[in-house]
Amino acid sequence: MRPDGPDTSGSAGITEIRNGRIIDPASGRDEQGDLWIREGRIVDRPADGDAKGATVIDATGQLVLPGLVDMHVHLCEPGYEYRETLESGALAAVAGGITGVACMPDTDPVVDDAPAVRFVRARAAGAAAKVYPIAALTAGRAGERLTEIGELAEAGAVALSEADRSIRNPAILRRAFEYGRMFDLPIIVHCEDPSLSAGGVMHEGSHATRLGLKGIPSIAEETVVARDLMLAEWTGGRIHITQASTAVTAGLIRAAKQRGVNVTADVSPHHLALTDEALSTFDTHLKTNPPLRSKADVDALREGLADGTIDAIASDHTPRSVDEKNTEFQEALSGATGLETMLAVVFTEMVGPGLLTLNDAVRVMSTSPAGILGIEGGSLSSGAPADLTLFDPDGTWTVDPASFKSRSANTPFAGRELKGSVTVTIVGGQVRYRRDGPESS
Amino acid sequence: MSEDHLYALRHRHLIGLEDYSHAEIRLILDTADSFKEVIRRPIRKVPALRGKNVVNLFFESSTRTRLSFELAEKQLSADTLNFASTGSSVSKGESLGDTARNIEAMQVDCVVVRHAAAGAPLFLSQCLSNAVVINAGDGAHEHPTQGLLDLLTMRDALGGLEGLKVVLVGDIAHSRVARSNIWGLRKMGARVVVCGPPTLIPVDIEDMGVEVCYRVEDALRDADVVYALRIQLERQHEAFFPSLREYTRLFGIDPERLELAKPGAVVMHPGPINRGVELDSRVADSGRSVILDQVTNGVAVRMAVLYLLNGGGERDAA
Repeated sequence: MRPDGPDTSGSAGITEIRNGRIIDPASGRDEQGDLWIREGRIVDRPADGDAKGATVIDATGQLVLPGLVDMHVHLCEPGYEYRETLESGALAAVAGGITGVACMPDTDPVVDDAPAVRFVRARAAGAAAKVYPIAALTAGRAGERLTEIGELAEAGAVALSEADRSIRNPAILRRAFEYGRMFDLPIIVHCEDPSLSAGGVMHEGSHATRLGLKGIPSIAEETVVARDLMLAEWTGGRIHITQASTAVTAGLIRAAKQRGVNVTADVSPHHLALTDEALSTFDTHLKTNPPLRSKADVDALREGLADGTIDAIASDHTPRSVDEKNTEFQEALSGATGLETMLAVVFTEMVGPGLLTLNDAVRVMSTSPAGILGIEGGSLSSGAPADLTLFDPDGTWTVDPASFKSRSANTPFAGRELKGSVTVTIVGGQVRYRRDGPESS
Repeated sequence: MSEDHLYALRHRHLIGLEDYSHAEIRLILDTADSFKEVIRRPIRKVPALRGKNVVNLFFESSTRTRLSFELAEKQLSADTLNFASTGSSVSKGESLGDTARNIEAMQVDCVVVRHAAAGAPLFLSQCLSNAVVINAGDGAHEHPTQGLLDLLTMRDALGGLEGLKVVLVGDIAHSRVARSNIWGLRKMGARVVVCGPPTLIPVDIEDMGVEVCYRVEDALRDADVVYALRIQLERQHEAFFPSLREYTRLFGIDPERLELAKPGAVVMHPGPINRGVELDSRVADSGRSVILDQVTNGVAVRMAVLYLLNGGGERDAA
């Protein structure tokens, strides 16, 4: 079904989301009902006189969720606009029901000073989704000199990260955790020892052996996870491990949490849904970093997500051009887009089979990441920003890269049938996305 | 028609032996047997591929495989073209996809491709709508015609493949020859043992249906075939083993070690041999060695593959 009403709120400046199933993990709410929006915020039901003039969006049969927050995306601007821009990335986000994204600093130039943070914020000011810059932890992501974290925080950086690169020198990371204690910003680490992963193009295991492709062993990730957790524990720093991909990583995080380490973690939808076995066709769209792992790893990550070891799902949306993918496997760049498929993949692969409750799915894609980043959102309480995702849990659709709003089409899910689709995305009270196409039943 | 009596291949391309059935492999070996007869004639030429053109696309240097294919093509009366270029598609400035489209535009019937990147022949076959693709070796993935010529050589020397104990010794991790042999041998009912230092045995290779052994003396016991793989000399600089001297001490096939195999066991090697490293010259040049038979069979097997994939055998299937 298609939602009614124009894009802007009604004469009274009020929008009513009528008769949806409202799911709000922050308050534990899961009930059929209405939601009211006024001046970009969620409000209590207004007086009858005001309510009469409201614009109505009929949410019958749909889920009404706090807008999703994706804390790990690459939007490629400045420097790689042929892959994605802040504008196109934000359009892709709202098409996937994501109202807020935190973008990695691995642009050209690197986002490692306050003017660069302000540039990203200014460029994204009119974008369809809220864009939160993550700043580099070291100048130029060279792993040597700390960035001016205080000024970056003031400029609006929500986290610090070297993006898809680990700091090799543990002394630098030690100082970063220590110095970072003055600011409540998470230090987001991608864990990979480049000497152990060197030359590798897929998970080291029986499938890499069979295909004759050089493997990336699990220990390339795990040794760095262990090191970084120990450094965070030693310094009392705040660490967020992004893109956890192995069973041992999940175990290390679980143990660290039990010891009281200030750690959070995320996992990507593709690491929850796909295994290295899928690479038998040498399909470069399945080449990611970290690589798709074994079935046992996938099971452990799913379990870690369900038991709270892993706090969030983040897409690691990494756009690549056709030429960067349509080549020999070992030459192709790694990376997969994910903004437009994340919610439906999680719904189909995790919620559908009962591996994750609907409430937990919303928690790990909205409430938790908002909390980790310290941003508004992830809540449907009165006074919260009106960032909402309306999701039709019944229809199925087939992933067609040609229909993506993203500038890049490198999805690992092309041709997959997914259950459930985003119907309306509202950001700051404004409808930023409506599902097109024929009505689905 | 039973699966075991094929008259034509079920596949359009030859990417790897992993995909081929027992019956298809047997058909190729039987066809190769009849081509061996052609090779022994004074005029070694049949018109089977007359009017067909074949491109040998070698993105990685190779002398013997290319010569063997070229000879096979010529003896089948095909028109042949050779294209050689080393380095990746990125470094040479044209993508493999574009190369494929150019081949298609030239109306080529068959492409024999050698490439350093695993999966490149499969990629090429997906880009081409008409031409037949034959993998002449891709990275550490597969080298199916080598696997087939090895099977033919073993069958000739020992009378059959089922129940044989074949020991592959050396660098299994980086070897496409090992992988194609493993698939082919397992499908034909042979037992395969791989032997080498743990650094050169890839993880979970047992999943391919082989046994792993780190002591060559144990591996060779009662072997029917001792297959030594070529050691790339640069591997010692990548810490896979400390020195060639130690490799040879632990894994080199010399006359004493060969005594542990069955009395009628044969010795094989894909060439070129590092004499005195993986294979002692007294073994390589002994009556147990069938290394030169492998080379002769290579031409016959490649004739069979070219013939069967380019329309041969179809008439009989009717």
